[in-house]
Amino acid sequence: MTAPVDVRRTLLHEMVRIRRFEERCVELYSTERIRGFMHLCIGEEAVAVGVLGALAPEDAVVSTYREHGHALARGVPMTSILAEMFGRASGCSRGRGGSMHLFDAARRFYGGNAIVGGGLPVATGLALADALAGRSAVTACLFGDGAVAEGEFHECLNLAALWRLPVVFCCENNRYAMGTALEREHAQTDLALRAAAYGMPAWPVDGMDVQAVAAAAERAVTGVRAGSGPCFLELRTYRFRAHSMYDPDRYRDRAEVARWKDRDPVDRWRDLLVADGDLDEDGWARIVADVDEEIEQAVAAAEAAPVEPVEELTRFVYAEPS
Amino acid sequence: MSAATDPAVDPAAATARSTYREALREALREALRADERVFLMGEDVGRYGGCFAVSLGLLEEFGPERVRDTPLSESAFVGAGIGAALGGLRPIVEIMTVNFSLLALDQILNNAATLSHMSGGQLAVPLVIRMTTGAGRQLAAQHSHSLEGWYAHIPGLRVVAPATVADARGMLAPALASPDPVLVFEHAGLYATEGDAGGAAVGLDGAAVRRAGTDVSLVTYGGMLPTALAAAEHLAGEGTSAEVVDLRSLRPLDEDTVLASVRRTHRLVVVDEGWRSGSLAAEVAARVAEHAFYDLDAPPERVCSAEVPVPYAVHLERAALPAVDDVVAAARRTVG
Amino acid sequence: MPSLGADMDAGTVVEWAVAPGDRVRRGDIVAAVETEKSVIDVECFEDGVVERLLVPVGTKVPVGAPLAVIATDRSGPTDAPSADQQAPAPHPRATPPVRQFAKRHGLDVADLPGSGHDGTVTRADVRAALEAPAPSPAPAPSPAPAPSSAPAPARLPITPYARRLAAERGTGAEALRPGPDGVVRARDVPDGPSASAPTPAREVVAPAEEPPPRATSDGMRAAIAARMNRSLREIPQYHVDAVIELGAALEGLRERNRRAAVTERIVPAALLLVAAARAARRVPALNGHWVDGAFAPSPTVDLGVVVSLREGGLLVPTIPAADELTLPEAMTALRDAVTRARAGRLRSSDAVDASITVTDLGETGGHAVHGRIFPPQVALVGFGAIVRRPWAEGDLLGVRPTVAATLTGDHRATDGVVGGRFLHVIDDVLHDPEEWS
Repeated sequence: MTAPVDVRRTLLHEMVRIRRFEERCVELYSTERIRGFMHLCIGEEAVAVGVLGALAPEDAVVSTYREHGHALARGVPMTSILAEMFGRASGCSRGRGGSMHLFDAARRFYGGNAIVGGGLPVATGLALADALAGRSAVTACLFGDGAVAEGEFHECLNLAALWRLPVVFCCENNRYAMGTALEREHAQTDLALRAAAYGMPAWPVDGMDVQAVAAAAERAVTGVRAGSGPCFLELRTYRFRAHSMYDPDRYRDRAEVARWKDRDPVDRWRDLLVADGDLDEDGWARIVADVDEEIEQAVAAAEAAPVEPVEELTRFVYAEPS
Repeated sequence: MSAATDPAVDPAAATARSTYREALREALREALRADERVFLMGEDVGRYGGCFAVSLGLLEEFGPERVRDTPLSESAFVGAGIGAALGGLRPIVEIMTVNFSLLALDQILNNAATLSHMSGGQLAVPLVIRMTTGAGRQLAAQHSHSLEGWYAHIPGLRVVAPATVADARGMLAPALASPDPVLVFEHAGLYATEGDAGGAAVGLDGAAVRRAGTDVSLVTYGGMLPTALAAAEHLAGEGTSAEVVDLRSLRPLDEDTVLASVRRTHRLVVVDEGWRSGSLAAEVAARVAEHAFYDLDAPPERVCSAEVPVPYAVHLERAALPAVDDVVAAARRTVG
Repeated sequence: MPSLGADMDAGTVVEWAVAPGDRVRRGDIVAAVETEKSVIDVECFEDGVVERLLVPVGTKVPVGAPLAVIATDRSGPTDAPSADQQAPAPHPRATPPVRQFAKRHGLDVADLPGSGHDGTVTRADVRAALEAPAPSPAPAPSPAPAPSSAPAPARLPITPYARRLAAERGTGAEALRPGPDGVVRARDVPDGPSASAPTPAREVVAPAEEPPPRATSDGMRAAIAARMNRSLREIPQYHVDAVIELGAALEGLRERNRRAAVTERIVPAALLLVAAARAARRVPALNGHWVDGAFAPSPTVDLGVVVSLREGGLLVPTIPAADELTLPEAMTALRDAVTRARAGRLRSSDAVDASITVTDLGETGGHAVHGRIFPPQVALVGFGAIVRRPWAEGDLLGVRPTVAATLTGDHRATDGVVGGRFLHVIDDVLHDPEEWS
């Protein structure tokens, strides 16, 4: 089953956007344009593009602190994401969130949550609201393998299954909870098996294959939207870079990293498209050029954007009359 | 106490007497009837009727969708309340006791209190969390604490402590109307108290002078209000006129009412069931010292719980909690 | 081992670029160290000669550990890098903000007794010093003991509200009696002032939130000490004296008093005051203030009058525009000012900045006073007791009532000749009944 050419090219374009955006972020971080904690998803682009691509505009998204890719794939403008990372007033969280806390209420993107497991209850509640209001929206909840060890994971999978809530639990299993390898933190490393214990469909997916992710997400979202209750996807992937900037990355074998890089989701997908005749050299160059132009415009806009006045510091602690 | 001494309640609107528990239930019933976005969830709020029988009968009236029993998963259902509020509903989450709320503290602090600010004002969390607080029932050290002061520390939350039947009846509606998360602390010792329920909604903010006086201000809230009022009565017999201020809202604090009272009486006694160190009582005393220093005719006094986990044995528990005699003694020290 | 990043704890020396005996200069690269991130050059911050390398290549040491010993050109060879460690600084007497605060108000914290931890001078100490004698102190009539060395008497606990009430009611500290628990509370503050003087409507003693006007005498002594220390430190002072014959003047006063009602009688002190005020008008170089390195003459003669208090200490109320007063007016002004000062009930008009100050030892004092100028004024007039002295007139020797008048001048503003002229004018006025009666 092969998707139409334009869809296949769009998947590639979206992954390249995320990849090159984050590579540019590294540069901007090293020149101190971006500060704070910054977590990159380079290597995990297929998950972001495949899962987010399966959602409709009315669906909700709850993400983690490694959410640049999710936000971009959800359609949060790159300019507002980068401005946020620059701490500017035009940032999507008006400079109050930074890299880990991107929010876009209009796109129902309920944020990067920087407490591992902290987003699962919120996603469960968003789904409860949709269910009680009789809306057909689903909530995609993205979290990592580390969150599976948190109490919230078990509380929320149980609650969502008990109440048959429309949540797609998307575990982005990149095999490390910061520096702790999967087998060093979980007695049962088959995460889908653990989710299945709560009485929901759950299966593993090759997270390095954008087509596989897209297909699995499509199937999951369709089922959940139809009212079959929550679903769990274990998206097996790998981050090519360290946990965050200035992580010495001493806990991973270089050979292991190299092995996973051989399965680079961007390269694999591009090569497949080329092999299938859906992409040529010019087409690839055009994608890269388009992406780079978008990035440079975002950088220029972020550089030029004003900072939030300090007088505004205490705004939004409580809701403001609109 | 009578409604007439409570400026927050319109005496003309006063209705029949009821218990604090019934008043809470009536407020819930009214809210569930008035707005279909409102629903109640928590441990045993439905079939059991609420651990303290507050929600007794509501399941029958509103059904299991809107009076929702939850698993024992405080973090999940409090967080789900946050999510549901984000999703456009008006959830009322009941946590059995403040001690259990610590299992959901991450959700309350890291999500409910931060999402508005962290999203640059894009999100609001119109959530009401009710929980029981306080000691006095020999429930020992994991069911008896008063941690309201911790929550009152957190910007982004509103924290209220209804101490009267009228406030129990009237505070829920404005709490639900608030676009911000509101924590409602119900002292277990108050559930059976009786009073005029009032009728109209009361304000969420603002302290109330429950008894006027001229010689010393007894500033208190929640479950300590009856203690403070009893102490004031006792002091009146000794010729000392004590004013009793019920804070009602712990965040924001109605500093103006407290300061105005101290400026009249020149003496302050804070009565707080929380532990003294780092307490709400400390906050009140500090603000008075900051803003009414030259009005003080005696050092501020605090009557708080002994700094021990609340013990089981009745005599030990009594000794640990602020008593009328302690308040009277503190007030006497201030008048010299 | 330098810190090359916030998260660097340690580094490994991978290369030395210098050897013992090499001369190095500030900014030279002396070594390379490996951190978790990369190899980074280590720069040297001293000029000198490398004496010893302490860390061999391949050795990892924590941030802050010495890598080598450099004999600087200043110090000569040393064995340990910490050899030139400085002795700990003396305990600061006040925090920088307090120091600034004191300086702004013309005080030096070194002159003030400290009530803080280890005798540190606090902001409250500075305030107390500023406010104790309401307008301004002046030279003490007798040598003042160093107040900062005297042990402070036990402080009377007064509640903030009682303190405020006392200030509002003009009640002096001596009138406050503590209750049974030893604390002065609001009820212990008398309703009205104990002094007999009526309460003027305009009476102002101090800003409402400030302590009462009559601070405890140790606070007053501290303030006097501070002002006089400043006077001595800042003002190069000269003195000129003249003995003035008062026979005719006193005779004139006696005549006048004989005709007047008892309440309208005038004391010689009022006459001396008038004379000093007129002299200040006629010698404007002594009537004004030294501000920012220059003399600023005052358009009016606002006469500071030193009033010694019965319980010790002094206050200096000001008589504004004293040169325009007739003798009876001056008498009234003087009597009122003294009464108010001794009752601790000075008015806002008493607190006008004086342009020149008079100290009069009166009947009980010594024969002459050589006082200290109250900065930023530039002159102080002193009168000793009126005494009968042998007096030559022509070739005849008689006995006459006299007063020793002294003028202390600020040498930055004037010279002794101006001071002499001032005394001469006083003499003239006193000998010219037209001028004063």
